[in-house]
Amino acid sequence: MAFVGYLLPPEGRNWSALADYKANGGYEGAEKAVRQMKPADVLTEVKNSGLRGRGGAGFAAGMKWSFLPADGVHPRYIACNADESEPGTFKDRQILERNPHQLIEGLLIAAWANSIDAAYVYMRGEYRGAFDNLNAAVAEARAAGYLGRNILGSGLDFEIYVHRGAGAYICGEETGLMESLEGRKGQPRKRPPFPAIAGLWKRPTVINNVETMSHVPHVIRKGADWFKTIGTEKSTGSTIFGVSGQIMRPGTYELPFGTPLREIIHEYAGGLRPGRTLKAVIPGGVSMPVLTAETAMQVTMDHDTLQKNGSLLGTGAVIVFDDTSCMVRAAIVIARFFRHESCGQCTQCREGTGWLHKLMMQIEAGKARKSDLDTVDEITRQMEGKTICALSDAAAWGSGWFLRRFRPEFEAHIERGGCPLAGVSFEV
Amino acid sequence: MPLSEELKARIAAEFPKYPEKRAVLLTALHFIQAECGGWVPPDTVPDLATLLGILPIDVEEVVSFYPMYHSDPVGKWHLQICTNLPCCVAGARGLAQALEERLDILSGEITPDGLFSIGESECLGSCGTAPVLQVNNEPFVENLKPADLPALLERLRARAAASGSNGSNGSNGSNGSGGGR
Repeated sequence: MAFVGYLLPPEGRNWSALADYKANGGYEGAEKAVRQMKPADVLTEVKNSGLRGRGGAGFAAGMKWSFLPADGVHPRYIACNADESEPGTFKDRQILERNPHQLIEGLLIAAWANSIDAAYVYMRGEYRGAFDNLNAAVAEARAAGYLGRNILGSGLDFEIYVHRGAGAYICGEETGLMESLEGRKGQPRKRPPFPAIAGLWKRPTVINNVETMSHVPHVIRKGADWFKTIGTEKSTGSTIFGVSGQIMRPGTYELPFGTPLREIIHEYAGGLRPGRTLKAVIPGGVSMPVLTAETAMQVTMDHDTLQKNGSLLGTGAVIVFDDTSCMVRAAIVIARFFRHESCGQCTQCREGTGWLHKLMMQIEAGKARKSDLDTVDEITRQMEGKTICALSDAAAWGSGWFLRRFRPEFEAHIERGGCPLAGVSFEV
Repeated sequence: MPLSEELKARIAAEFPKYPEKRAVLLTALHFIQAECGGWVPPDTVPDLATLLGILPIDVEEVVSFYPMYHSDPVGKWHLQICTNLPCCVAGARGLAQALEERLDILSGEITPDGLFSIGESECLGSCGTAPVLQVNNEPFVENLKPADLPALLERLRARAAASGSNGSNGSNGSNGSGGGR
């Protein structure tokens, strides 16, 4: 029984034109919401669906919306996170380039449910094609009366603005995004206050990822009960897994939560290159702990199962490594990334990310001592749970768990004075 | 070089989208880079600060914080290879080295004719089609192999010749209003 996804048009098709989107059920959810449902009913439906955030943290969307103060406090905003930058993640781009009206419809329904005045879609600056495509769709939606004043006769006035970032990963952190949107460095804010109370310009703000918002039209059109038939009890619906690395058919695959990782790798993504064996899998973007091949072949892709098996679902970005890959080199790239992306506010992160990168380089070059492995472990522990945002934790997990789960390979570098897979492994 | 009246007008046209003018800063810097050959010349900063009602330092710290803004000149074609994990696994390092050898410059440098500069990028969000390269702010060049580089560079040289310039021009970045490519 093959699952047929609902977030993206069939392979090779593009529903960016309003007519194509509408021909496939587009805007029926929004029409139903504003014509037949009270805002509170929409909120209840989203809550009942169990829809969780697809941007990394997996927080319940309906719950997040319910934190907003009661209607009457205006203006209030949506910040939609299109800063997709978690290495290995390339799913929101698919939505933005091939089905942008679905996002617009999701934002419109969220605006109705939460009495929102305007949404700002914060898109990473590198996504030029997606930016142009979404802007064109917004213009078409406005011309058709889905944006602007008194939308569909409902009395709702609502606008969407697409805003370009400029290449900083930290702006995908919710409060870093808000600082950036306001025209500042993207340095995350201390919480409380949380964005629902004081977000953009200190106003009540809903913040959700592109894919999260893209599920909303389907939840409203087909109902929470339908949505709950897909996925698992606590991870409802489908999600778009991005599969990359040493795999025959890298790409995006929309599948229900709870799909076995083995199936994603060996069936959907075509398995490994001939003659190779699986070594490791990162299941949710480089912020999330790496899994050994043995564990990877046993887990299903949902929040609970991954958590029980020592990782997290993150963005559903699956990065596959076969037996040619050096695990220390993988850790170097991750450490280098976080060193580059640390915003510099918190000492543990600013210093820790630099130390991790330098130590990983030393280990790979065979110039480290055994005690340096304990130093890496100690640094990562000092980086967890001590900073304004979670980038420091992600940096600690991302490379730290490569050491914890592949320690003998790290030790082999030290014992041999260099990389055992030199000339075989990918270069960094 | 002070900001042209035309550019000031384009920046000001963005103000109604936001409750505060300062929110236009990142967009304005994209406009300036597109207009000034891919970088933010320091003498545009005071004008921009005045227009947005902020201090020059407020502009400068944003320019230095975000990787997409350049406070020094870049080539007409600024080539960035993603060297994050999925691209490295797919051979990005070899690609980056081949590019450096072919252009005879290192990452961070500009060719003597001003046509090309090289940078490295963090994950560009194209991991299913790795390795990937971005030319200026154009749509990505995907599944790129070292053997594809000569043809890519030739195409870019031809485009530069067709636009009648070498060195910097206004093709870097976006006009920000959509549909500009």
